[in-house]
Amino acid sequence: MSAADLVTSAPSRRRPGHSRTTRIVIYGLLFLFALVYLVPLLVMVMTSLKPLDEVTGGNMFALPRHLTFAPWSMAWGEARIGVSDTRGISGYFFNSVKMVVPAVLISTLLGALNGYVLTKWSFPGHKLVFGMMLFACFIPFQSVIIPMAVILGMLGRIGVNLADLTGWSFGLGNATVNLVIVHVIYGLGFTTLFFRNYYAAFPSELVKAAMIDGASFFQIFRRILLPNSTPIIIVTVIYQFTNIWNDFLFGSTFAAGDTAPMTVALNNLVNTSTGVVEYNVNMAAAIIAAAPTLLVYVIAGRYFVRGLMAGAVKG
Amino acid sequence: MTAMTEREAATAMTRRKLGPSLRGYFQDWLPRLVLAPSFLLVLVFVYGFNLWTLFLSFTNSKAFPTTNLIGFTNYVRLWNWTFETDPPSNWYTALVNMGLFGGLYIFFCLFLGLLLAILLDQKIRGEGILRPIYLYPLALSFIVTGTAWKLFLDPRIGLENALHDWGWTSFHFDWVVDPKMMIYCVAIAGIWQSSGFVMAMFLAGLRGVDGEILKAAQIDGASTYQTYRRIVIPIIRPVFFSALIVLAHMAIKSYDLVLSVTGKNPGGAAELPSTFMYSYTFTRNQMAIGSASAVIMLMTIAAIMVPYIYSETREQNR
Repeated sequence: MSAADLVTSAPSRRRPGHSRTTRIVIYGLLFLFALVYLVPLLVMVMTSLKPLDEVTGGNMFALPRHLTFAPWSMAWGEARIGVSDTRGISGYFFNSVKMVVPAVLISTLLGALNGYVLTKWSFPGHKLVFGMMLFACFIPFQSVIIPMAVILGMLGRIGVNLADLTGWSFGLGNATVNLVIVHVIYGLGFTTLFFRNYYAAFPSELVKAAMIDGASFFQIFRRILLPNSTPIIIVTVIYQFTNIWNDFLFGSTFAAGDTAPMTVALNNLVNTSTGVVEYNVNMAAAIIAAAPTLLVYVIAGRYFVRGLMAGAVKG
Repeated sequence: MTAMTEREAATAMTRRKLGPSLRGYFQDWLPRLVLAPSFLLVLVFVYGFNLWTLFLSFTNSKAFPTTNLIGFTNYVRLWNWTFETDPPSNWYTALVNMGLFGGLYIFFCLFLGLLLAILLDQKIRGEGILRPIYLYPLALSFIVTGTAWKLFLDPRIGLENALHDWGWTSFHFDWVVDPKMMIYCVAIAGIWQSSGFVMAMFLAGLRGVDGEILKAAQIDGASTYQTYRRIVIPIIRPVFFSALIVLAHMAIKSYDLVLSVTGKNPGGAAELPSTFMYSYTFTRNQMAIGSASAVIMLMTIAAIMVPYIYSETREQNR
């Protein structure tokens, strides 16, 4: 974590005595790379604001001559997603919202509790438990996807029976619920990792003092740990939000048709358009799909980086 | 060690208050009970499922899982496909592409990441503006990245067309529609997406280097190049290692990027083990082969991750 702090806050303390030409080269290179990283986004935005003939007939770097927001409203409300649906991506956007909010909240809460147990109430073998949960972060999802499909299929059938029996399926078989389950399970490793590393540095004396005062397990968590966890909660929420919102493999495997999340709908929109490729609509849809995570990045960039570093560098 | 004594202290406390009652035992076990559901989920859904997939890879499952064991037949078939080059099998293409994509992706992400980090470390004015610009692609999903780069690389309206429009009519760049070159487009998009993150990792490493050592090097008359080459880069070697692990892991898992850049991987030209696994399992009804390829992917990642996790947790031990 401290390393990430350094990236984001520490001022560089070296001032090498570069010559004028060296400095020009350095700034030139940095500017060039900034351009390379920015241009695709700029082209996306400009393309989404042009009528189609300007996209197909013009230069992609040219500013729109006839500024239009029609591609945006097309993408949102009318574009053809898949074979039958011509209601745009709006529904899928909300599918993603409905999936991401509970999945992030549940996995974060469980991660916090796990981290608390693993650091402050550790038991013989806690290292093995943590190591096993840590490895779960790095498995290729391809190696669990078939059994998962089988199990979700079974849950779906149970749901149908329950619905016949009681009139309510208890959410079993619902694609959004399925995705929430999947994301919570495969996010547990990361959220536990984040909180464990954070709580490892949290002064145990405070916890010990509370124990002596007779505070219960949950009281200590709620009154002492949680109020001091804001930074790591933000990091975990951002990390989980970005990961789950951007997921494609699980979404495309476990949620079909109307219930698909945003990434799947975008891929369908872009790849099933027959005849003329409506690039302007595609780009508008892509920007809408990217908006939530980009917004998080703009608002909380500091924590965004920290989350990524914590997820990647720390083992 | 301290954690253990804490727990014992707590136990003693609850004992004293509650006596050896049922509630006391419950309090003792409460932490473990809280952790248990998560651990159980991981045990079943990660370790159990991996074993399940391993089992399926020894069966003759087609569209649905079966329990007919057929030994190593699926692995033998994959092994034979590995060398089937005329015409190349999908598995052969997947492995070659994995090498090409993985190699380029890892090399250029490390190279650009280190270059940008070193450049930014030269007391740059506007670092606060530049850094987020290099990093933002990471916030985008691979599907969005792929969609953007598909437009950018489309010869009819993208870069080729734009340069023709500006008068460079001989410019030719149609990799994204050329089956032989598609995988390079996937690599370009991937590098664009991830190199900023590697930059952030290296920058963190550079900022962590003790300033005294650098001052000493400067006093000894070392040039900036020499300082980095001989002192700074060797010090931040662990960052290389971490970045390499992360990138290798991302490369092996890459799936959505291939689909979005190439437009659903036409003809399997940009096949990777991940797309191979998916198509054999879910569209070609060869679940057993799909499972075997998934097991190979898992083994590859485990071979990278297990020693890494082991060394990291050992370090924390100290």
